[in-house]
Parts: sequence; structure tokens; C-alpha cells
Amino acid sequence: MFSGIPLFPEQGSTIAADVDALYLFIVAVTAFFGILVTVVVLYFGVKYRTNDPMAVGERIHGSIPLELAWSIIPFLITIVIFIWSADIFFHIQRPPDQTLEIYATGKQWMWKFQHLNGQAEINELHVPMGRPVRITFTSEDVLHSLSLPAFRVKADAIPGRYSSLWFEATGVGEYHLFCAEYCGTKHSGMVGRIVVMEPTAYQEWLSGTIEGTMADRGARLFSDLACNTCHLEDGRGRGPSLVDRFGATEMMADGGARVVDEAYLRESILTPQARLVAGYQPLMPTFQGIVSEESVMALIEYVKSLETAAVAAAGETGHEAAEAAGH
Amino acid sequence: MREALRQGPAERDKPVMDSTIASPQVTYLNHEHTLASWLLTKDHKRIGLLYMGVVTFAFFLGGIFATLIRMELATPAGDLVSADTYNKMFTMHGVAMVFFVLIPAVPAILGNFILPLMLGAKDVAFPKLNLLSWYIFVIGFLFTVYAMVTGGVDTGWTFYTPYSSQASNTNVMATGLGVFITGFASILTGLNFMVTIHRMRAPGLTWFRLPLFVWAVYATSLVQILGTPVIAITVLALAIERFLGFPIFDPANGGDPVLFQHMFWFYSHPAVYIMILPPMGAISEVIAAFSRKSIFGYSFVAFSSLAIAVFGFLVWAHHMFISGISVYAALVFSFLTYAVAIPSAVKTFNWAATMYKGAIWLKAPMIWAIAFLGLFLVGGLTGLFTASLGVDVHLHDTYFVVAHFHFIMVGGAIMGYFAGLHYWWPKITGRMYSDIWAKVAAVIVFVGFNLTFGPQFILGYLGMPRRYHVYPEEFQVLNVLSSAGASILALGYILIAIYLVASIIRGEAAGNNPWHATGLEWTTQSPPLPHNFAEQPVVTEEAYAYEKREVTVG
Repeated sequence: MFSGIPLFPEQGSTIAADVDALYLFIVAVTAFFGILVTVVVLYFGVKYRTNDPMAVGERIHGSIPLELAWSIIPFLITIVIFIWSADIFFHIQRPPDQTLEIYATGKQWMWKFQHLNGQAEINELHVPMGRPVRITFTSEDVLHSLSLPAFRVKADAIPGRYSSLWFEATGVGEYHLFCAEYCGTKHSGMVGRIVVMEPTAYQEWLSGTIEGTMADRGARLFSDLACNTCHLEDGRGRGPSLVDRFGATEMMADGGARVVDEAYLRESILTPQARLVAGYQPLMPTFQGIVSEESVMALIEYVKSLETAAVAAAGETGHEAAEAAGH
Repeated sequence: MREALRQGPAERDKPVMDSTIASPQVTYLNHEHTLASWLLTKDHKRIGLLYMGVVTFAFFLGGIFATLIRMELATPAGDLVSADTYNKMFTMHGVAMVFFVLIPAVPAILGNFILPLMLGAKDVAFPKLNLLSWYIFVIGFLFTVYAMVTGGVDTGWTFYTPYSSQASNTNVMATGLGVFITGFASILTGLNFMVTIHRMRAPGLTWFRLPLFVWAVYATSLVQILGTPVIAITVLALAIERFLGFPIFDPANGGDPVLFQHMFWFYSHPAVYIMILPPMGAISEVIAAFSRKSIFGYSFVAFSSLAIAVFGFLVWAHHMFISGISVYAALVFSFLTYAVAIPSAVKTFNWAATMYKGAIWLKAPMIWAIAFLGLFLVGGLTGLFTASLGVDVHLHDTYFVVAHFHFIMVGGAIMGYFAGLHYWWPKITGRMYSDIWAKVAAVIVFVGFNLTFGPQFILGYLGMPRRYHVYPEEFQVLNVLSSAGASILALGYILIAIYLVASIIRGEAAGNNPWHATGLEWTTQSPPLPHNFAEQPVVTEEAYAYEKREVTVG
């Protein structure tokens, strides 16, 4: 896999073939126009050449139909490319409903990955084949960019924000993982590999030495940081109950509405006053500088795990069904 | 000129060698000799040459950095220089080339020299301001050189935050100050040229009789005046954060690092058109002159320059498709990017059509122009890939992008500069260079360029990220090809310097109009008089009126 002289990248994900098809279409279009103009220029250059410095060309000043033709035809072709590109882009940007969640943090100069069951790894990411995987990530310092060329996906890691990308790996193997946004001295050392495994092998790998799931770790943090003293589960605390809140739409104190997603939870932990849920006082202190990005992610996973019993049970079976179907 | 025209084209175009040999003429070069006469000159022609000196030095400097980069990348391991040094190399290569070569090359060198001559004017509208612009440019350049020799800078020429504002401990601010200062030279030059074009045109020289180079410079001036203040503000904001700790871009204190990218590209994308529009103008001149024909679709070529200048301000976020902008914003910017591609395509088709039924005289400038067409075509067409949302996710920040913008900036802008330089060199120096060596150099540069940057498209689609000091082994063969190409390219550039210098020492006298071209600049002597024209030229016909000559069968 890492030998020979490659001229075209491997197709490691479901989206890769789509991107390549579009790429090759643009190659064909541009090659046609490139060759057309080159041939025309060279042909004219040879056919009409003269060594008489006093010779003059024919009196031709232009042609409106031609101008219109070579404005409109290329424009229509670019519209085709644009629409096709936008369709693939939306596919790349919008993950399917059921994804395997993985968290990641970029920092000078390494990638740290956390699996929901608590397994963590650096500059290496194990994922199962044939299952959509979504990576939610941020940066602890400067900009980075998580680039997975074999999967044709990439997104910048931006401090203060969550980015995400998703893919569904199609073949077992090892693929490059790069940092694509310049980040300082060892930018080119901020590389690693993605290891795509059979789902069963992945399950085996996943159940290696671990110290509790991410949600477990989040639960410990939740009490260590005394979050639980205000965010009571029955909703009678000074802060809102967090049970069943993930994915819900909350009314904000300033009148707007906000879907409770990862970005909102992160913001609420680090800058709680930025957007308050309506009906609550701005009492919560900031945890900026107190909890690391990875701990924030664990807390988010804990909040996501706070579901009422019925919903939780349905979620479990849903996961199992999905896995069974995958086998 | 029209005096000459009445004598008939044959007389007008006859070289005036006899008179040059008989009595040494007074020219802008020899009427004063002191150092002060150069450093305090208000003559646009001398100022153009002063720019040429600084830009050539900056090109040499940037070239040395490029050489070191390509040497390092000949092997996958980081074995020639340290990672920090490598990062400084590509940063300083970018800074030197973008701000001190590409942006000033055609407008400040050729524009300064040729624009007033084309307009039939004695000078630019504000000659003192023109000299001041050069001094501002030099002070900016000296700041940047100072930053380079006292440790360098490693942020990449894009200065992205928060790396530049918080992490880098190199000379970010000295370099930024250099860029900030030199921006004012660009603004003032744009202003000067714009007023000159409005106010200083010879009698009879209406807008639609202007050479297309003038239209291109006009469109460029618009971008320089409107766009450059934004980079000044951006650098200032960066300085405020870096020095005073005011968190404009720092997310931990409510700032936004992506804001920097919006501000940076709001200037730096239009800046691409500052780099490419004037060379496009020069190419229009060369193709018309050596096809002996009017430019096909004159008004379409003229207005496409303005369209590019205006649309160029509306596409900046196509540099940021995966940098945290919304998918809908990305959609809009992708669409507008395709829209701005059309005027460039229109120009290219018109250039090709101009050659149809021309009388094509394949002298060196035309060979350079054809080489420009080939490379610009690749540069422009590969822009369709990076404008494509679905494909750009994969291509962003890879070598594909590096190859694409080098095809535009070096294959386009620098080739266009050389086409223009070869075209006007006899006017500037009064001497002819070796036509055959100039053609050889064009071919060497063309081949070397393609070998350098062609493989980088493949590397990019394979996923090799840019700005990598160390890279995976399977990418080595393509990188070695690229480095080999770079050495051929360097040879080509050195060759240009040799025959151009040789032409000054022992070149044949050029005469007024060695190319038998139209245009007011060819009606005065070479090198021109200190005040350009012996008497005020009057224009009675459109540009490129070749067919009004007696037709001879080629």
C-alpha cells in the first residue's frame, strides 16, 4: 500500500468514487478546452506565419455571435459542474442519521482521538468498515486540518469551535491521516494513519484495556466539578435539567431558539453567559481554562447519555439492530 | 505620430538607425548621469527602471528560497534544513514573490514606463507622488528584508491566526509592517495611474481607442485602490492583537480566528487580479502586434478586465470552503467563482481568435505570449477544480492548489511580464537582444515550468498537503521530477538575464519601432526623450489599425 509510484489515490470510502467521477468529468472538460485552444493557437501560429515584417492581417474586428457563444457555452458547462459539485458537497457535509461517534482534538503537533467507550489513541484512528463514522473535533491551540485523502474528506480544526466530518470506509487497510493546515514547526509531523478494520475485529480492538466509557468519565467530571449540584435531574435545580435535552430546541433568554448540539453544550460550559436558556439566572461560572477540550467532549457525551429509560432502551436496540444488519 | 502616418506606413516604420549613429541622441537615460538624477527623478521611465531594480532583486531572493525548498523536497526526509528553517523558506518565498514581485512587476515596472507613452503624455498625473510611491515601496521592502535577515518569519505568506497572533515567535510584525507600508505604494500608484488615464490622454485618444494594456491597468488600479486598504486594516488588527493583546482573533476571549481569513482574502483574492490583469494587458498588446491585426472583440477584452476587477471582490471565501463557513455561503462563493472564470475564458478565446488570418511574425515576444497562453490556460482551467465544492474538499491545502496558483502567477503573471518586457525592451533600452536566445529561453522556461508544477497536480490529488517539510516516501518520484523541473526553470531565468544584459552592452540599436507596431509608444525614439515626445501626438484612429497599412502579401 505504501510502495510503488502512485498516480491516483486509493478509494477508501463510499464518497471517494463520487468525488473521483466528478474530478474525472472536470478533467475531461478542461482537457477538451485546453487542447482545443492550444491546437487552435498553434495551428494559426503555423498557418498564418510570415517573415515579412510589413505584412498585415485581415481586417476582422470581432463577432458578437462568437463572443456570446464562448461566454454562454462555458458558463452553462460550469453550471453543470457547479450543481454536480454542490450535490457532492452536501453529501460530504451532511452525515447520515446513524453514525459512529468519535471525538478528536488537534494540538501542536498531534491528533488525539477518543472513542465513546473510553478507548483513546494518538495519531492513529481505528474505525470499522462499512459503517458511517462521524468525527467531531476542535483544536487546542492554532488551526489544524484533519485530512483523510483516501476518503476524500477534510475539515479545518478551529480553536473555539467544533468541526465535523464523516465517512464510511469501504475497505480494510491503513490510510494516511494528515494535518493539512499549516500549524508550525512540526506541521509535517502531525500525521498518522487510519486503520480500517472488519466490524468484529474493531469490536475486539475496542474492548481492549479501557477505564470506563467517555460518558462514565463525563459523569465523574460532572460531579467532580459540582455540575450536579445545580443541574438536578428533576429540573428543580438552579440550572436546567439536562435529561433528554440533547437534540432538543430550547428557548433562549434573549428570545431566540437554539438546538442543543455539541457546539451549544461546549459554549455553555466555557462561556455560559453567551446564550442562556430562558427562565434561568446567569449564575453558572465559566469553566474556561478549568476543563480541557477532551474533558468538555466527555461531559458532552455524558449529557447525551442522560436519556429517560424508555428512550435509552429504544436507542440501545436501534444500535444493535443496525449492527446486526451490518454483519 | 500622425505626421508620420501621412508619410505612409513604410516611412513611419523604417528604423531610424542612420540618425542614431550619426548624432548621439538625447534620451531619458543619458541626459543626466548623477546618482541624484536617478534617486530624485520624477521621470516615470526612470521610476519604472528603479522598480525594475528592486523587483528583480526580490525575484532573485524569492528564487533562492524556492531553490532551497525544491532541494529539501528532493528527498522525503527533512535532511537539508531544519523544520523551522523550511517553514521560514516557504513563508519568505511567498512574501517576497507576492508582495514585491507579482504585485508590482507589470503595473509598477511596465505600467510606469509604458502607460504615459501609450497615452501620449509627458508623464503620469502626479510625478512626485510616483517617486514617493517608489520610496514607500522600498521602505516596505527594507522592513521585510530586515525581518528576513534578523531571523525570518514562519507563518506562511497568509499569516493565518491564531498561529501568527499567538503561537509564532518569529518576526511576524516586522514582516507585516513591510507589507503594510508597501501597500501604500500600491494604492498611490493605482491612484496615479487612474488619474493619468482619465486626464492625460492625447487629443483624439478616446476610451475606445485606448490600447488594451491601458484598460487592464485601469481595472488593476481600481482593485489596488479599493482592495489594498483592507490588507492594511488586517495587518493592523493582527498587530493590535499581537502587541496589545486585544483579542480580535483569539477564540478564548470571544475573538474569531476565521475572521482573519475573511479579511485577508478580501484583499488577497482581488490581489490575484492585480497580479494577472496587467500581464493580460501586455499579452493583448503583443498578440495584436505580432498578428498584425486588431484584437478580436476589442470591447469584450476591455470590459472583461473591468468585469474581472469587480467580480474579483466577490469570491474571497472560495479559499475557505472547509474553514468553518456555512455550506450555503460556500454555495454562493462557488457559484460566483465560476462566474468570474468566464471573463478570463473570453479573453483567452479572443486572443486565439485574433491570430486567425493574421500575419503572424514569430519574434521572441510572440513566443513568450504563446507560452503564456499555454500556461495560463492550465492555470485557469485547474481553477474549475478548486472552485468545485465537492472536489475542493479533497484538494484544499494540497499541492494541487500550489500547482494551480503557480500556473496562474508564474505561468500567467511572470510569463506575461516577460512577454511584455521582451516586447518593450527595445523601447526601454534602445537596444535589440538576441531573438534566438530569447526564444530558446522561452522554451526552456516553458518546459521547466511544466515539469516543476505538472507533477504537483498529481501529488495534490494524491493528497500531499502543502507546506510539508517531510513527506511520505511514495511521493518522492513526483517530487524529484518537480525539483528537476525547477532547476531547468532556474536556467531559463538566468539565460534571460544574460542576453538582456548582453543586449545593453552590444545590442543593435533598435530604432523607433523595431516591431512595426501601432501605438504611440512606438512613434517616439528609443530610448525615448526625457519628456517622451518631441511634439504632442494626436490620435485619429483606433488601436491596432494595422489593416490601414498597405497590404503586402506575406
